[in-house]
Amino acid sequence: MWLSANLPWLPLEVFVRGGRDGAPLAISSAAGHGPQVVACNQAARRLGVRTGMTVGAAQALAADLQVQPRDSIRERRALERLAAWAGQFTPVISLEPPATLLMEVEGSLNLFGGAGRLQRRVMDGLAALGYQAQLASAPTPLAAVWLARAGEGVGVQGQGALVKALVRLPLDVLDLEAAQLARLQGMGLENLGDCLRLPRDGLARRLGPALVEALDRALGRQADPRTRFVPPARFDSRLILPAEVLEVDALLFALRRLVLELTGLLQARLEGVQSLQLRLFHQAEQATDVALQLTAPSRDARHLLDLLRVRLERVALPLPVREIELSAPTLTALPGETRDWVGAVTGGNSNVNALIEQLQARLGEKAVHGVCQIAEHRPEYAWQACDPGTVGATLQPVRRPLWLLPDPVALQVRAGQPWLAGPLTLEPECERIESGWWDGGDMARDYFIASDPQGARFWIYRELRGARAWFLQGVFG
Amino acid sequence: MNLDHLLQRPDLWRGGRMPPATDSLPTGYPELDGLLPGGGWPRGALTEILTSREGVGALGLVMPALARLSRDRRWLAWVSPPYIPYAPALASAGVDLSRVLLVHPRAGSDGLWAVEQTLRSGTCGAVLAWPAAGDSRTLRRLQLAAEAGRTWGVLFRSERMAERPSPAALRLQVTPERDGTAVRILKRRGGWAAGPVYLDADHVVAQCESALVAPGGIRPGRA
Repeated sequence: MWLSANLPWLPLEVFVRGGRDGAPLAISSAAGHGPQVVACNQAARRLGVRTGMTVGAAQALAADLQVQPRDSIRERRALERLAAWAGQFTPVISLEPPATLLMEVEGSLNLFGGAGRLQRRVMDGLAALGYQAQLASAPTPLAAVWLARAGEGVGVQGQGALVKALVRLPLDVLDLEAAQLARLQGMGLENLGDCLRLPRDGLARRLGPALVEALDRALGRQADPRTRFVPPARFDSRLILPAEVLEVDALLFALRRLVLELTGLLQARLEGVQSLQLRLFHQAEQATDVALQLTAPSRDARHLLDLLRVRLERVALPLPVREIELSAPTLTALPGETRDWVGAVTGGNSNVNALIEQLQARLGEKAVHGVCQIAEHRPEYAWQACDPGTVGATLQPVRRPLWLLPDPVALQVRAGQPWLAGPLTLEPECERIESGWWDGGDMARDYFIASDPQGARFWIYRELRGARAWFLQGVFG
Repeated sequence: MNLDHLLQRPDLWRGGRMPPATDSLPTGYPELDGLLPGGGWPRGALTEILTSREGVGALGLVMPALARLSRDRRWLAWVSPPYIPYAPALASAGVDLSRVLLVHPRAGSDGLWAVEQTLRSGTCGAVLAWPAAGDSRTLRRLQLAAEAGRTWGVLFRSERMAERPSPAALRLQVTPERDGTAVRILKRRGGWAAGPVYLDADHVVAQCESALVAPGGIRPGRA
């Protein structure tokens, strides 16, 4: 079974899907003389602009109408990215330019709970990306394409139903050249049924064999092999913002569409991303770059969006943004996905990674870390910051304060006694820590546990060399 | 919201009787457990520990519970600690260092944000925080985050805050005294203020050690 998605408003959507419905906009055909409106947005339609009008007529109706020439390269790229996104539904996808996608979904029906649910998912998914689609399914690829183009919105099953559905279709689904179409209409033909009723030879002689062959393929009388679309191994997608944007919220609206495109591709390839680059284009080639690094690959759209949002809130935008580009130069394999069978929150690493990323995105990478123990005599080197979750050396337990001062603090001495806002009382036990030139620090200290009059306890030492000064190095918790 | 629903809320304080034993973590100090509703630290709520300053045993009070959580592979987040949590001491107290997460926000508002996120995420067994400031409304946010993430949140604050109202489920004041560390309960769910109990934090931490390592490898604790 073939499912086809036709995007009749693609020429417009490539310009407006970055924002909510904005100022009146019409897309004009590229042809030089007397360009026509090929698509227009809701705001323009409200002012009376319709497709097929000349641009001049449209501008006469709506004085502040913006006119944008059609950009077929952009449309083509959009279609390719959609094909990559659609890979999450089936591996067999082909492009039907200018604006149609074709998917072989027979093998996916069970997975998605039937044809109806699958269609809904495709439709909703496309809507979330900013595209409005007409879907149709049929036993042959070409029939599905034609039905979708006609906006029939049907699911055709079986040969009898196929013929019945096709004969009613108007001729313009055939995507013929204007001259050919005119010739058919001149012969009094209105729909595919009229064509099928004519003798094959005559039709082939007048219009060339291509049309007859196409009808055969649509009806399943002739094989119709398709070039399979291969989803790319990287992701780049650019999006125009219909109006210049300075607020994070409006950026997020557009960004969400790109992230969903990305996660569709990741789903199709069963991969994730570990680094993302976001480029915000301002006027005149200026751009702001935002990089996002994850601790573990992910393809969770919400998670990625959360991280991007937190990251963006920290970026001071120098100028309004006109266009955004999201890219992931490398896609990486996802480690096996496991979910707690009761869905309970556990102390698993995947959850904590999400937390760490969230914290790092706002506080900076260095602000979040773990700790390790190091086999080292000198107390200040006996620990190290490391990546959270690092399993370090296991050493003999020692009696040490729970808090270490970043740098030892020199203590006053009064009446021969170390002093810290009061005289310090030393416990009798003393630990001598010595190390020599061989391990980098020539030190010799006697460590004591000391209490102040209020009962707080400290870890202090006395230099055994030089001035024999007292220092505070730790605090017992 | 009906009454039953209301009564389930961990932040609702009812005098007179102890509430049904909620999810709690044994503190490692039986004398203290006896005073706490549920017989331990409340999960999914805030505990406030008020001290005059560092070095008076407040951290030692929570160490046995932290050690146990980390050995159950739960994460321990430390947000804005006043000094460096010293790895050899943590390890000696039985904490699995690979479960320790240190968070150092720069600005005060980032600090509260980080505490809230960490509590809310539900990925940590305990979140220890040394908030720079925080009025009752902020604390209430944190209490709600702790409920949402079902995480034990511990706030270490100055004892000057004892007079201020707080939405925390449990408030303790810790003072060093001649007989050991005195712990007074300023507020607990379903009970009046109580205490003090005198605890020897060092002793319990040392007991923790002996459970972990072969005897003989430990220096004697303070008598």
